[in-house]
Amino acid sequence: MIYGLVQPDAGQMVLRGAPYHPHRPSEARQKGVAMVFQHFSLFDALNVAENVALGMENPPPMGELAGQIRKVSSTYGLPLDPARLVGDLSAGERQRVEIVRCLLQDPKLLIMDEPTSVLTPQEVEILFRTLRQLSAEGTAILYISHKLEEIRSLCDTATILRRGKVVASCNPREKSARELAELMVGQILTPPARAEHTPGELRLEVSGLSVASPNPFGTSLKNISFQLRGGEVLGIAGVAGNGQDELLLALSGEITTQAGRVKIKGQPAGNLGPNERRALGLVSAPEERLGHAAAPDMSLSENALLSGNLRQGLSSGGFINWAKVETFAAEIIKAFDVRTPGTHVAARALSGGNLQKFVLGREILQNPDIIVVNQPTWGVDAAAAATIRQALLDLSAKGAAVVVISQDLDELLEVADSFAALNEGSLSALRPARGLSVDQIGLMMGGAHGLPETPALAPKPEEARL
Amino acid sequence: MIRLEKRPTPSRTWVAVTPVLAVLLTMIAGGLMFWALGKNPFEAIRTIFWDPLFNEQFAAYSRPQLLVKAGPLILIAIGLSLGFRAGIWNIGAEGQYIMGAIAGAAVGLYFYPEPGWHIFPLMVAAGLVGGMLWGLIPGLLKVWFGTNEILVSLLLVYVAESLLAAMAIGKMKNPDGGGFPGSRNFAKYEASANPELIAGTGMHLGVVTAFIAVIAAYVLLQRHMLGYNIRLTGQAPRAARFSGVSPAALVLICMGASGALAGMAGLFEVTGPGGQISIDFASGYGFTAVIVALLGRLNPIGILLAGLLLALTYIGGELAQFMLSLPKASIQAFQGMLLFFLLALDLLSNYRIRLARREVAR
Repeated sequence: MIYGLVQPDAGQMVLRGAPYHPHRPSEARQKGVAMVFQHFSLFDALNVAENVALGMENPPPMGELAGQIRKVSSTYGLPLDPARLVGDLSAGERQRVEIVRCLLQDPKLLIMDEPTSVLTPQEVEILFRTLRQLSAEGTAILYISHKLEEIRSLCDTATILRRGKVVASCNPREKSARELAELMVGQILTPPARAEHTPGELRLEVSGLSVASPNPFGTSLKNISFQLRGGEVLGIAGVAGNGQDELLLALSGEITTQAGRVKIKGQPAGNLGPNERRALGLVSAPEERLGHAAAPDMSLSENALLSGNLRQGLSSGGFINWAKVETFAAEIIKAFDVRTPGTHVAARALSGGNLQKFVLGREILQNPDIIVVNQPTWGVDAAAAATIRQALLDLSAKGAAVVVISQDLDELLEVADSFAALNEGSLSALRPARGLSVDQIGLMMGGAHGLPETPALAPKPEEARL
Repeated sequence: MIRLEKRPTPSRTWVAVTPVLAVLLTMIAGGLMFWALGKNPFEAIRTIFWDPLFNEQFAAYSRPQLLVKAGPLILIAIGLSLGFRAGIWNIGAEGQYIMGAIAGAAVGLYFYPEPGWHIFPLMVAAGLVGGMLWGLIPGLLKVWFGTNEILVSLLLVYVAESLLAAMAIGKMKNPDGGGFPGSRNFAKYEASANPELIAGTGMHLGVVTAFIAVIAAYVLLQRHMLGYNIRLTGQAPRAARFSGVSPAALVLICMGASGALAGMAGLFEVTGPGGQISIDFASGYGFTAVIVALLGRLNPIGILLAGLLLALTYIGGELAQFMLSLPKASIQAFQGMLLFFLLALDLLSNYRIRLARREVAR
């Protein structure tokens, strides 16, 4: 709304003492308001300077613009080469493009929506340094995030929104992260309960898996190997765009390889499609909720059929048993507290968190032996995220093998038994999650981005055995 | 200020109401056009929509024509709609219609003049296979080489038309025809005839098949996994792959099925109302069926109604040209208005119109 994308129904805004009601983003930009979105608005096939020019009202000639980009990016410690293709940049670098684009317009107010969700801890530090420098120079920063530690370390005042309403304003430095979280969720949070367990039998074996990305700007997987036993949770960290999507596709069966590369419960499955793998006990939940995990314009019951048909026996002889489908959809909605008027509602009408609960509920209720999830709590509120993590842990306690691919390190450390990082399509060695610090993980994730791995962090033989 | 706001779920009421509203608006706008041309608008509208069915003088001829024209349109459109739903665009139904007619005719001529109950079913089967194979050519090329099925299927129409002409003046030419182009008349050869089943209705086996196809397509889309996979692929291709649908298999199924239905329509036409393989046998049903499919919103029931409506405006339009000496272009403009209003109002089922600003939130 501040950026002029949505018009207010009532009330007014005041910017620097004057009433302010922008009708479109360009008007907001003229008044000195700039915004960095959670989802980047960049064109992969254009270079950095061209992308910056696209967001400007009157872009200067390319050569001049490139000079300005270099100047601004070095002033704020954001190294960026104007001539590189955006498709080749890491998520952190792409975000720099967005930030530099904003800075070139000399904003008085900079809005950032969940800027750190795709960054390594090291990149987050660089970003924070830039933001502190900007605020010292007199730019107001509106920082939207659900990561409470960030708010506490960065912000001077915090306003907490819950379901579109202001519930509190406070100085975040005087509150603990837990207090903030409770304000945000409106209930007492319980960290997921974890029972001690002994690893079960071998469930999922991946050996020497290499696949080309189906997407021209994607990352191909290079020689990925790991093994996972029943009852174990494997957390796979990595900055977005390092092969997470491809790994999920290769495990779910949407990309097939040689049979022996992926073994489900000892059976070669690399050449099998999604339904055959579901029959063997492997289910998955992709990151992209609308369009991949769910069909946006189909009802929730039709979406329940999407991946639940085989294991739930929702059709016989090809004919769909809609009564069973309805029951299954209603079961998911009830078990995972999906807030929706009913099973007839289109998937796109649900909020992100509710749809994510539905998608994960659909897979979890199928009682799989192996479940692979990518970004299970991305853009989901804290209460729903806790529900989802607990459900994954409950599933592993029942003996299922769980693979969680995520960019949220706190989440991985909370749920994972063993831990690995994806970097440019390669997977690091597995290590026990217990005892790993966020810093160590950051280095594992950023390994190939020019940060050397210190010898002290190299896996000890007995730890790498998993 | 008028704004459009996307509905969270499509409105069922509007989906049902918009076609009626569109026909009414077409009558008003078309009436104004006819009035501007100096004709009585009420008489013109009555001639197009009412007289073909109920005028004592003409209805005896034009009423059966409704089913004769609507039958092949519906049969072809049902096949096309399956592919369209999955985002597979078979634009070459006209070619598949011709090839079905030629293949069926070849079987009929092979047996001529033998009698036998088995001849007609064999001809139907040949028509089905002929259309299906012609439809599978663009399908297989798409699966193997990634060619564009829209272009390939469309261009194959012209190949089929040339083949039709070659057959009419060559291999299939009636030896007793006195040198005129065109094959023997199948309607007059009892074993291959597809006659009117109930006199004065225009109902022949092709129309019956079209109605069966409507029901089968409805059941397929609502109750069968194949229909579900087709809808899913059209709405969210990545979700379909996640669900386990093989895109290649679906392309072949959809192209084959739409080709088969178009081929059958061609066979029923050549053995019934058309009568013979002739140079001008292809009358554009395959292309008009694309409009019927889209007009019926790719929904089997919608296609049934759209096929009847389009057939009616064609028959009524001809009658109006003949009776009121309206220019042909004005009839085409009238039909264009109908399509325009139907598609424009379609917006209302997915969007709602908001006048001025939204009311203040409570």
